[in-house]
Amino acid sequence: MNERRVSTAESVLSHLAIVAGVVFSLYPVLWVISTALSAGSAPERRVLPIPRNLTLDHVTHFLSGPHVVSQAVSSLVVSVATALVGIAIALPAAYALSRFTFVGKEAGVRLLLATQMFPMVASAVPLYIVLETLGLLDTRTGLVVCYATTSVPFAIFQLRGAFDTIPKDLEEAAMVDGATRLGAFVRVVLPAARPAIAVTGLFAFMSAYNEFILAATILGKEEALTLPVVLQRFVGEHDAAWGAFAAGSILVSLPVMLLFYVVQKNLVAGLTAGGVKG
Amino acid sequence: MKRLLLFVLLLVAFPPRARADEPLAVWHAYRGDEKTALEQVLAEFERREGVKVEALQVPHDAYAAKLTAAVPRGHGPHLFIDSHERIGDLVERGVVSPVPSELTPPGLFSESALAALASPAGLRGLPLALKCLALYVNEALVPVVPATLEGLGRLKLSPGVVPLAYEIRNMYFHAAVLHAFGGAQLGPDQSFGFRGEPGVRSLELVQRLIRDRVVPEEASGAVVGELFKTGKAATVISGPWFASDVGQSVKYRVVPLPTIEAAGAPMRPFLTVEAAALTPKGSGSPVTHRLLAFLAGEPGAEIRARVGRQVVALNRPPPGSDAFLAAFAAQAAVAVPMPSSPRMRTTWEPAERALKKTLSGAVTPEAALTEAARRFDDVVRPPPARRSPNGALFLLGALSLGGALWLFTRLRQGELGPALRRSLPAYGWVAHAVIGVGALVILPIAVGAGTSLFAGPQGHMHYVGLANFGEILTARGGPLLSSGSFYLVLLITLLWTIANLTLHLGIGFALGLLLSRPSLAMKPVYRVLLIIPWAVPSYVTALAWKGMFSRQFGAVSALVEACGVEPFSWWARFSTAFAANLSTNVWLGFPFMMVVTLGALTSVPKEVLEAAEVDGATRWQRLWRVTVPMVLPTMLPAVLLGAIWTFNQFNVVFLVSGGEPDGTTDILVSEAYRWAFTRQAQYGYAAAYAVLIFLLLFVSSRLMSLASREKAAA
Repeated sequence: MNERRVSTAESVLSHLAIVAGVVFSLYPVLWVISTALSAGSAPERRVLPIPRNLTLDHVTHFLSGPHVVSQAVSSLVVSVATALVGIAIALPAAYALSRFTFVGKEAGVRLLLATQMFPMVASAVPLYIVLETLGLLDTRTGLVVCYATTSVPFAIFQLRGAFDTIPKDLEEAAMVDGATRLGAFVRVVLPAARPAIAVTGLFAFMSAYNEFILAATILGKEEALTLPVVLQRFVGEHDAAWGAFAAGSILVSLPVMLLFYVVQKNLVAGLTAGGVKG
Repeated sequence: MKRLLLFVLLLVAFPPRARADEPLAVWHAYRGDEKTALEQVLAEFERREGVKVEALQVPHDAYAAKLTAAVPRGHGPHLFIDSHERIGDLVERGVVSPVPSELTPPGLFSESALAALASPAGLRGLPLALKCLALYVNEALVPVVPATLEGLGRLKLSPGVVPLAYEIRNMYFHAAVLHAFGGAQLGPDQSFGFRGEPGVRSLELVQRLIRDRVVPEEASGAVVGELFKTGKAATVISGPWFASDVGQSVKYRVVPLPTIEAAGAPMRPFLTVEAAALTPKGSGSPVTHRLLAFLAGEPGAEIRARVGRQVVALNRPPPGSDAFLAAFAAQAAVAVPMPSSPRMRTTWEPAERALKKTLSGAVTPEAALTEAARRFDDVVRPPPARRSPNGALFLLGALSLGGALWLFTRLRQGELGPALRRSLPAYGWVAHAVIGVGALVILPIAVGAGTSLFAGPQGHMHYVGLANFGEILTARGGPLLSSGSFYLVLLITLLWTIANLTLHLGIGFALGLLLSRPSLAMKPVYRVLLIIPWAVPSYVTALAWKGMFSRQFGAVSALVEACGVEPFSWWARFSTAFAANLSTNVWLGFPFMMVVTLGALTSVPKEVLEAAEVDGATRWQRLWRVTVPMVLPTMLPAVLLGAIWTFNQFNVVFLVSGGEPDGTTDILVSEAYRWAFTRQAQYGYAAAYAVLIFLLLFVSSRLMSLASREKAAA
């Protein structure tokens, strides 16, 4: 290994570039936080996002919603269930795509990619009818089923890419030792793919946690609404409670940010792009 | 054939049924005091009748979609609350049942409110409250209220205080001016009414108001509220909802809108009648009828007026002590009831575009109004002629027969059979994914795509073959690159996708490269901070950025000001509006590319880089000759996916610029959305857009992957 000489100027420059990126990424968030903590309904024109007339009114306003706790629980339950169901469906399918050859494989992969291209505008009403047929309207199960299946195509791409990087020898050795294909998959492949599974689960969780149009259409019970729907209700036809909306946004975003923090070490390893082969 | 075949099949197999003993469901979009009032009314009814009533507050943005999805299939509420003109629109979609005549005792309700809800089949709902605009006056700044709009402009005020603030770029507000000049937004023959001399003179008047600094140019609802509350606006035009925003911050009173000297007539706002309507489900239930009568009649009205501060639609003056309600009631008496025909809804988009375009100074009022009338006619053109579906059914039959034959011969030749048998174990692994994705992703897409062959209003669609595609691809008979044509919007969409992808990749790749330097300190901290945009829900992002670009209170405008440039409206020009959308979406998307870069960089072996270094390659050469060529192929799939997502990035375009100015920043998806929801709900037409988007993406991604495969093979 050669010795690398890193000049101070260069390291300062790269820190500066990154700090510029950090400012870009943090500024809007700080701005929302400052709106959430300022008195009044609209912020003032100023460069630095510092709250004016510091108040917790907006936060308490958001938290004083009659069902906010059960709505938060509802959000978490739906999102966690989505992640679990989505992963459970995607794992074996991704494994099959990575390890087996079978009739219709290429067409299937192409079809999966194709599902990402069709805008939701035209498929929302038919989806509603399918859910009705299944008797899942107005239930969180219905929502989970929708979110989970919509997250499956991307999850399959992700996981297949991850499985491709795991050497086949590992499971073949296990199978020589008498393990079944399923046993080898569960005991050898899954542990090796853990970072990718965590990241894919995070994506599924996020997509469910942030969605509001489908949730607003399907759910009909106040206590069962998910948080994005609750947040959206602060925006009315003629006016909006921006302060409460901002405060709610911050509170609602916190769990996802926390999860990102927990998973971030896996993020790079887990997101080994290379799955999407059209 | 009235409905899509598949819908019918599904419905026949599983007819919707209503559950017995379910609680009465009431849907509304009320917030604040009005919500509290409604809850109190419902609680009182529960107490009296001993039944259970469940209220559900639906976000305003999702209200119509939720009603039209649920009610025609026998789900949803027994009763819902909406404004009369939207109820008129919902009647056609099978959401509303007429109110039985015994629920309207003569003389109970205000005559004008009943007139707004009348239809040949009976009343569409019972009126609850009247909503219209009026003038809020800051009593400290304006002791004596001038009788005319021009008089307001002559008020002696301290510098920094505007005489009048209202949402001047909003057509709902402008209609009050238009009515004063004798115009109408929807003509008597259901044609576009914002035209001719009244239209032009109304536009010239608001141009003057801005030029003479009587009214601030760019004022959203939030800005107007802030100006009034801080004493920077002497008067404000707004509706009853404004009162809860103002609260106790200033002492004010409400008076009817002033007269316009130039027109010689008073400003007359639109009157909307908020009403409670029965759904087919509620129409058959006597207890729902009683709830409706209770809510709209005396007992409910008392609570709604006292707690919800509503101008209730009863045929009696509000209590004399309440000046606020009395002022709105007086204004409502001279307001123009908003027409409730579906065509009225179609006037908003072209009318508001003409208003905004004129105010931005881009065109003369005459030109803007001509353009608006053309747009309106374009949307209300008759749907394509009904065609016999036999040809398509025959083609479908022939195709499936051919497919079956092909399969059969393959099986007979003996290639497919063994191959299928070998595939069996793999099928066991993918079965549930196939079923799940098939039923809930692919089936809805297929049905949605099928809708593109139909036209007409929802529930009464007829088969038109490929006519929708024909209309889109010929720009509905207009010039191919005219504003709003498929080709122009496609060009914008391509520009949007390429610009975003370049910036996502550029910023993401650069940051990824920097973060992968082994010597970098504080790496984990940086990584977390840089990923934050990804973790924030995209609708929050979009609304936050829209706020940051606001001329009045936006942080970006503050930055511009700090640089010595007068803050300007970001939505008045294509270049700035596009830039605003772009920066929002770049913020949203660069972390993904950064992480993808970090992942791809791990696949570059250190040995190769070291070998290059030994061979005397400079750092720059190593980057461009070694790292980039090795990383790009691994990143290609993610780039492709990023391109697809950007191409269909609806949230940002719709929520940040909303297509402004004049629809020029709309991309194909937001255009499809407008056809589906604001332009007479032409679902078939919107579906045809969706299919075209899909085909474009599918073909270009196939070409891309073929090209990259060829390159790899070469």
